[in-house]
Amino acid sequence: MLDFPRWKVIWLWALTLVCVAAALPSLTSVAGISWPAALPSPKINLGLDLAGGSHILLEADASQVGRQRLETMEETVRQRFRQAEPRIQIGEISNRNGALSFVVADFAQVDAAREQVLPLTTGAGLTGQRDWDIQVIDGNRFVLTPTQAGIDQAITQAMDTATEVVRKRIDALGTREPTIIRQGAQRIVVQVPGLKDPQALKDLLGQTAKLEFKLVDSTAIPSDVAQGIAPPGSQIVPFADAQAGQGQTAIAVKRLGGIKGDQLTNAQQSFDPQTNAPVVSITFDSEGGAKFARLTTENVNRPFAIILDGKAISAPNINEPILGGSAQISGSFTVETANQLAIALRSGALPVDLKVVEERTVGPDLGADSIRKGMIAFGIGAVALMAFMLITYGRFGVYTCAALILNTLMILGIMAVANTTLTLPGIAGFVLTTGAAVDANVLINERIREERKRGRKVVQAVEFGYKEARSAIFDGNITNMIAATLMFLFGSGPIKGFAVVLIIGIATSVFTAVSLTRMWVAHWLRKARPTDLVL
Amino acid sequence: MKLLKLVPDNTNIRFLRWRVPFYVISLLLMAASLTLVFTKGLNLGVDFVGGQMIRTTFTQSAAAPVAELREQIGALGYGDPIIQQFGKPNEISIRMRLPEGAAADPELSDAMTQRITATLKSAHPDVRIDGVDSVSGKVSGELFRTGMTALLAAMIAISIYIWIRFEWQFGVGALFALVHDVTLTLGLFAVTQMEFDLNIVAAILTLIGYSLNDTIVIYDRIRENLKKYRRMPLPELLDLSVNETLSRTIVTSTSLLITLLALLVFGPDVIFGFTAAITLGIFVGTYSSVYMSAPILIWLKVTSRSFVPTESAVDKQEAAARAQG
Repeated sequence: MLDFPRWKVIWLWALTLVCVAAALPSLTSVAGISWPAALPSPKINLGLDLAGGSHILLEADASQVGRQRLETMEETVRQRFRQAEPRIQIGEISNRNGALSFVVADFAQVDAAREQVLPLTTGAGLTGQRDWDIQVIDGNRFVLTPTQAGIDQAITQAMDTATEVVRKRIDALGTREPTIIRQGAQRIVVQVPGLKDPQALKDLLGQTAKLEFKLVDSTAIPSDVAQGIAPPGSQIVPFADAQAGQGQTAIAVKRLGGIKGDQLTNAQQSFDPQTNAPVVSITFDSEGGAKFARLTTENVNRPFAIILDGKAISAPNINEPILGGSAQISGSFTVETANQLAIALRSGALPVDLKVVEERTVGPDLGADSIRKGMIAFGIGAVALMAFMLITYGRFGVYTCAALILNTLMILGIMAVANTTLTLPGIAGFVLTTGAAVDANVLINERIREERKRGRKVVQAVEFGYKEARSAIFDGNITNMIAATLMFLFGSGPIKGFAVVLIIGIATSVFTAVSLTRMWVAHWLRKARPTDLVL
Repeated sequence: MKLLKLVPDNTNIRFLRWRVPFYVISLLLMAASLTLVFTKGLNLGVDFVGGQMIRTTFTQSAAAPVAELREQIGALGYGDPIIQQFGKPNEISIRMRLPEGAAADPELSDAMTQRITATLKSAHPDVRIDGVDSVSGKVSGELFRTGMTALLAAMIAISIYIWIRFEWQFGVGALFALVHDVTLTLGLFAVTQMEFDLNIVAAILTLIGYSLNDTIVIYDRIRENLKKYRRMPLPELLDLSVNETLSRTIVTSTSLLITLLALLVFGPDVIFGFTAAITLGIFVGTYSSVYMSAPILIWLKVTSRSFVPTESAVDKQEAAARAQG
């Protein structure tokens, strides 16, 4: 017990000092003292509930991915059959019930059709699984059913793209240090600290920004359009608002022959030179520009509809071919909404709609208030606790208090180095850990008292105190660790922050309360050689 | 210097003499808690039922115009808001259930937040929005399930650990004490109708850990004494163990209470419920360690044989040692 080898002393102090040193940058920044830039400065991150900011959980509509995939498949199949030599005639094409089915008109062409379809159905992944199952019923009816593997892969791809798009849009807002993480199969977590207006962010992320230019079907009868009945080869698109429709609620556009607005190099908010209304100016890339030039050249003096996320925002007339590769989108925009659309178009369309399923926003004032109150509570709690330890255990209480202070600094240091986040419940965790950390010392000190009462000599009593208390300290801390770990695994943001403090605190408190105090007590016993203990 | 002793030396309180009445009382309380939880229900927060909570401060007023707010928000047609003060009288939280049809279209609930905050800002220029929690029905369902899974997993994992480290009777005792603590805490939340959210689940997990800590210290001593006093009747031995560890139990609980009280009185208002749950849990946990987890060992017939090698085993060992020597 009294025999503490020099290497052990050095090792214990070194470990303690390293951890404490790591806490210094965080402490000096709280105190307002600048930390020398030349030194490494690990700092504890503040959670959104302390720093203020928004946590937004977005969820993609997975069924939409499947539907879009079916539509794309239908397009591709039609195109391949049309381009095949000889052309393959099909009919009764339908993509209802989650599968694409069609009938090959000529039985002689069934094999040719199968050959055309087959390459479309092999998986892109490495697993060798097919993306689609092909079934031929009654000799000439093809049914293409997407496989689960294919759907999963499509969703993963869509989510990868969506995450990238979300990142670009948030970067365009110019916010500092956003966190964007994929979560599970179809969710994205967005955390933006210090945000003034979460609504703008939500609006921006909620916008799919799928831009299309489609020709207006002028043969459609207005009364039919109003009822949602489209002429063959056309579809009904609702207007975004009353101003866009100029009295009409919907418009008929041709399914084919339009172009998509995804081949852009730039999009900017600007003003219409004539009306001075806010508009969005877009610049196509060379391929998109060529397509747009062809569309406008072939359809001079006909109207076309600008469709954003399935809603027509305007239906201007093509007065002359637009060859320069740039265009202007007008609609009932304000400067803000035009700017938002410009950002959304620049960052690309989202492959799936994203919906906000959870939002947690904390204002910076409340966060600052929480930090202040948390620190006051911690200070008062710690001082009261130390006073209690001193009057209960005297000299041993001094060791307990020293261990407590070092424990707090070590938790801070480890949190800084491990780059963990301090949340509001985490502050509570701090306060609680100080209360719980003394338990090991209480167990040891009480045990030493008992051993003295049983008549053991000072050194022996201390030795037994540390030895006999060990199993209870160990088991107690393991159970606490189990509870804290489960909290960490199952908890969300702030609760995870609480669990982190508990887990680190349990580990460090065993170190400070057992190893360090034992070293100090041994040193004192060796130096002072007391014959009695005040305990 | 004379040191403080909360518990005098050599106490000999016969705690376990009252084990049957206390068990009856505890079982009745547990039954009452469960009944309350199922009849009256818990006041589940937005984490678990979905909906919104908006925290606001009326910076220029001494107190929030609660009645006026209730009317203004009620007029929006989303149902009646639940308005609660937190912290100072001018700091309130406004809670709304999910609007109808929000299960199908999450946008609806977002629109509700927008309209409420817009109403607040136009009617009360001094209002400051301190925070918004908005949880959709789907997410709240998941949060509820994971919260409950965490609780159950913790209780089972801890009991298994105790079983491995001690004996099965101790595992059962620990589990029973845990069920007792969790049930009573839930009952308390049903009675007071304090908001029950994710933070409270974390609080319960914390107090499970602390309550178990007490139980383990007593169990550890029981194990030690079982080895030491092999002929002592079990009730007496348990009393001895509880008395020997009594000073530690009281000092540690006091330490925790000191820090918890500091948090309750001076700490952030946002985590008041969380701190209150742990504080009450400390009392329940300390009681259950003495009166729930210890006496059950008598009924489950723990004997010193569980820990001490039997006579014949000792004989064999000695014979082997002799043969070697």
